[in-house]
Amino acid sequence: MSALDRKLLRDLMRLWPQALAIALVVASGVATLILGIGTRRSLDETRTAYYEQYEFADVFAELTRAPKPVARSLEEIAGVRSVELRIRRFALLDLEQREEPATGLAISLPEHRPAVLNRLYLRQGRLPDPSRAGEVTVNEPFAKANGLGIGSQFSAVLGGTKRTLTVVGVALSPEFVYALGPGDLMPDNRRFGVLWMSEKSLAGIFDLEGAFNAVELKLLPGTNEAEVIRQVDGILERYGGVGAYARVDQVSHAFLDGELKQLQAMSRVIPPIFLFVSAFLMNLTLSRLIALEREQIGLLKALGYSRLAVTGHYMRLVLLIAVFGIGLGSLAGNWLGRGLTRLYGDFFFFPFLVFSRDLDVYALAALVSCAAAFLGGAKALWEVLALAPAVAMQPPVPPRFRQTWIERLGLLRPFSQVTTIAVRHMLRWPLRALLTALGIALATGLVVVAFFTLDSVEMMIDITFFRTERQQATLNFAEEAPLRVLHDVEHMPGVLRAEPYRIVAVKLRNGHLERRLSIIGKPPERELSRVLDVELKPVDLPEHGLLVNQRLADVLELSRGDEVEVELLGKRRGIRRVVVDDVIESYFGLGAFMDIDALSRLVGEGPRVSGVHIAYDRRQQPALYRAVKNTPAIAAIELQRIALQRFRETMAENISIMRAVYITLSVIIAFGVVYNSTRIQLSERARELASLRVLGFTRGEVSRVLLTELAILTALAQPLGWLLGYVFGWALIRAFQSDLFTVPFVIEPATYGTSALVVLAAAAASALIVRQRVDRLDLIAVLKTRD
Amino acid sequence: MAAPRESLAHAEPIFEAQGLTKIYRNGEVVVRALAGVDLTLFAGEMVVLLGPSGSGKSTLLNILGGLDRPTSGTLRFKGLELSGLGDRELTLYRRDHVGFVFQFYNLVPSLTARENVALVTEIARDPMTPDEALALVGLEHRMDHFPAQMSGGEQQRVAIARAIAKRPEVLLCDEPTGALDSKTGIRVLEALASVNAELGTTTAVITHNAAIKDIAHRVFYFADGRIADVKVNARRVEPAEVSW
Repeated sequence: MSALDRKLLRDLMRLWPQALAIALVVASGVATLILGIGTRRSLDETRTAYYEQYEFADVFAELTRAPKPVARSLEEIAGVRSVELRIRRFALLDLEQREEPATGLAISLPEHRPAVLNRLYLRQGRLPDPSRAGEVTVNEPFAKANGLGIGSQFSAVLGGTKRTLTVVGVALSPEFVYALGPGDLMPDNRRFGVLWMSEKSLAGIFDLEGAFNAVELKLLPGTNEAEVIRQVDGILERYGGVGAYARVDQVSHAFLDGELKQLQAMSRVIPPIFLFVSAFLMNLTLSRLIALEREQIGLLKALGYSRLAVTGHYMRLVLLIAVFGIGLGSLAGNWLGRGLTRLYGDFFFFPFLVFSRDLDVYALAALVSCAAAFLGGAKALWEVLALAPAVAMQPPVPPRFRQTWIERLGLLRPFSQVTTIAVRHMLRWPLRALLTALGIALATGLVVVAFFTLDSVEMMIDITFFRTERQQATLNFAEEAPLRVLHDVEHMPGVLRAEPYRIVAVKLRNGHLERRLSIIGKPPERELSRVLDVELKPVDLPEHGLLVNQRLADVLELSRGDEVEVELLGKRRGIRRVVVDDVIESYFGLGAFMDIDALSRLVGEGPRVSGVHIAYDRRQQPALYRAVKNTPAIAAIELQRIALQRFRETMAENISIMRAVYITLSVIIAFGVVYNSTRIQLSERARELASLRVLGFTRGEVSRVLLTELAILTALAQPLGWLLGYVFGWALIRAFQSDLFTVPFVIEPATYGTSALVVLAAAAASALIVRQRVDRLDLIAVLKTRD
Repeated sequence: MAAPRESLAHAEPIFEAQGLTKIYRNGEVVVRALAGVDLTLFAGEMVVLLGPSGSGKSTLLNILGGLDRPTSGTLRFKGLELSGLGDRELTLYRRDHVGFVFQFYNLVPSLTARENVALVTEIARDPMTPDEALALVGLEHRMDHFPAQMSGGEQQRVAIARAIAKRPEVLLCDEPTGALDSKTGIRVLEALASVNAELGTTTAVITHNAAIKDIAHRVFYFADGRIADVKVNARRVEPAEVSW
C-alpha cells in the first residue's frame, strides 16, 4: 500500500462519522431508487407474464342476455383475436363460520374445452365437473381467509334458491389480481369470493341455456380498442349491453396500475432528493478537508507528486464514500424491495412473482450516486488540482465580514453578540446557509408526506362513512325490483329505516369526451345515503337535473348549468339530454346523482329500485342476517361497519410501514445535514470557540455560539419544509387519482407541527453529539497557533 | 527570592504558589514542564517572564489563568485554592477575574472591535463599556472595524481592551508582541502599561524579547521548569524607551 493510500484510510477512519452520514444519504438514494424502479419492474413483469400466460382479456362487456351465436358477430369485428362467453352473477353466500352474509361472484367456465381467455391458475384440486351439480372452484384469497379447502362446503343463494356448493379446486385468475367486492373500498377476502362453476350448472340456475350475459375479448396487437368497443356496443345494444370497457377500466387492473404509478412517482421524487443532499454534504465535507490540508497538498506537490496524483487521492476518498453508500443502499434496496413485494402479496394475488434483479437498476443507481458525489466534490477537487505549492504553504486569505443590510436596518440591535456572529456567518456564506436550510427542509417535507396520508384518509373516512354513506348496510337486489319491496325490507327484523336507490348504467357524453358509469337515483327524503356539496353540506336533489362529482366534472369538463348527453345502456335504450345542476363531493368513482323519480322519468319507466340502504337495531342483527341469507332476491349485502373496519386495518398497516420508512429517510437527511454542518462549523471555528472558553465562556455558552446559526437555519427551514411537503403530497395524491378513486388532499396543522418536531428532534440529537466535542476543545494548543 | 519594589511591598498578594509542578505524559515520553515553582505576585504588579522555549513560563501562565491544573503543589488566588477547582469553577474564575492576551489576538473575525469587547462585557459582573475599554487602548476611532480591516497591532489592542473590559484582577499576556514589529509592539506595550497603571491590574507578560523586561516591576527568569532568577527593576522604563 502506498503512503498516500495509507493516508486515505487514516483520513477515512478519522472522518468516519461524517463519511458515514454522507454514505447513509447516498445509501438512502440508492435504496429508494432500487426500491422504486426495481419493485415497479418486478410487479410490472409479473403482471405482464401473468397476463400473457393466462390470456387476460383486453375488452369486457356485460349484458342482460344474448344467444351464443352472437359470438360470431363479435369474432368478426376487425382486430378481435378471440372471444370468451360467460355467465356472471352475484350470489349471497352463507358461510358457517360467519354470522354476516358474504358475497360471491359466480362465473361460468366453458364446457368441453379449457377457457381461451382469463384462464385459471389452479393452486389445488381441479375445475368443476359439468356432470356434477354444486361443484365450485374458488379464488385462493377467499379460500384462505375462510379456511376453505378441497371438500369444504358452503351455501349460496343462486337464482333464488339456496344451494350447497362443494369446493373442488382453489385457483387464481388474472381478472382478480386485486379482488374487490361490490361496494367495498378495500379487498375483504373474508367477505368476497369468486366462484367458478361449470357453464352447464350456471346456465341451468339462471335460465341462460344457450345464452350468455358477459363476454371477454382479446384483440390483435395494434388494434384500435375504442373502435372495437364501439362495435361491441352496437352488437350488444339489443341484448341489454351496459357498455363494453377496456382493461384500463377493469377494477383489478386499474388498482394494480395505480400502484405502479405511485411507485413510479416515488422513484421520480425521492431519490433525487437524496442525490442532491449527498452532493451538498460531499461538497461541504470535502471543501473543509481540503482547506485543512492545504499545506499538506502543497507539500505533496512540492515533494514531486503530480497534480493528478494529489487530486486522484481526494477523488478516491469521494469514491470510497460513494461506493460504501452504494453497497449499503443496494443491500437495503434489495431487502426493502422484497419486503414491499411481500406486502403487495397481501393485496395483489399472483401465482408467481418475477423478481426483477436486473443489474442495470443497480448500475444506474451506482452511476447517478457517484455522479452526484463527484459533482458535489467537484469544486473542492478543482481547488486541489489548481493549488500552486507556494500558495498552498501560505495561510488562506481570512474571510472578510461586513455589516450587512440586516444590521443597517438595525434589526440585530436587540440581539446578543452570539446572534450577531450567527447572522454574519450565514450572510457571509449565503449559499451554504441556503443549502443547509434546504436540506433540513427536505427532511421536514418527507415527514409531512409520511403523516399527511393519514389526514387525507381520515377526511375520506369522515366524509364517506359518517357524513355521506351513513347506512349500516346496503342490500343489492339481483334484479331491479318494484318499489313495493321497500315495504318488505322495512319489515325485516330490526330495520329502523330503509331508503331505496336505483342504479342506471349510462354513457355520459360532453362533445368528444365520454365516460361509462352509473347514475344513482335517490329519494327526496334522505337520512342515510346523502349527497354533499363541495362545502360538505347536504344538498337537495333537483327535480330534473343531474349532480356530478368533481372527478366526473373534471374528466368530462362539465360545470354547473352545462347540458350533458346521457346514453341509456341496458334494456331501455335511448339518448337524453340533462342539465348539470351542481358539482358535489364524493371520492369513489365517477359519481352522478339524480332524484329517483326524475331518473325513472329519464329512463321512461315506472319507479323501480336496485337496492335499499338500511339502518337497523344492532340487537336484532343475527335475525336480520338470517333473514337476508334467506331472501333470494338479495344478491349482495354491503356492511358499512365491516367495510370501515377493513379500510382502517388495511390503511393502518400500509401507512405505518410507509411512515416508518419515510421517517427513517428524513432522519437520515436531517442527521446528515445537521451533523456534518455542525462538525464543519466546529472545525472552522475551533480557535474562535476555544478563545471564548478561555475568556470565561462556559461550555453551554460556547455551544450556543456554535449552534445558534444551525438553530436559526433549522427554524427557517421548517416553513420551507412544510411547503415542500405540501408539494410532494400534492404530487403523490395526483399520482393516485383515477376514475375509481379520488383521495382528498388534506394536511392538518398538527401534521406540520409533528413533522417539525421530528426534524427538530433529529437535528437537536445530531447537534448534541457534536456538542460533546466542544468539551474536548484544546484550550491551550489553539492559542499557540495561527489559524 | 528578591522582594518586590518598595512601593508594592505591602500590597496584597494576588497569587501564592508553592511547589507547583506540571508533568505531561505523552505516551512513553514524560515532560516535566514545571519542576517546583514557588512565587508570589502582588496586586498592581507588572511582571515579565523570560526564558527559552520549554522553560515552563507558558505552563505557569496557563495554570495561573485557570486553563490548566498543576500536577502537584498549591496555588492560591486571593486566598482561594485554585488547584482543586473543577472545570465549571475554573470557567467562572476566568470569566470573573482573569484577562488573557495572546500572541495571535484570537479575535472573533465576524465581530467588530466593539462587538468583540461586548462579547465579554455581556457576561461580566462589573464591566466598563466597550467604548471605554477601547478608548483605554487608544482605539476609539476604530470601534466599528472588523479584525480583518485592522493592523496586527490594532487587533492586539482590541484583544487587550477585550481582556480588561471586565476589570480583571489579573491580566495574563503570552507573547503579546510576538507577531508585531517594534513600532506597533511599543503601542501594545504602552496599552498594557497604562492599564496596569490606571486600573492597577496585576499583569504578567511572557516574552522572548529581553528588551521588554525593563518595563516590569520584577522579572522572572525561567529555565528547565524552574524560576532560575528574579530581578527587581530599580527603575522601570517607559515602553517608548524600549529598544527592540
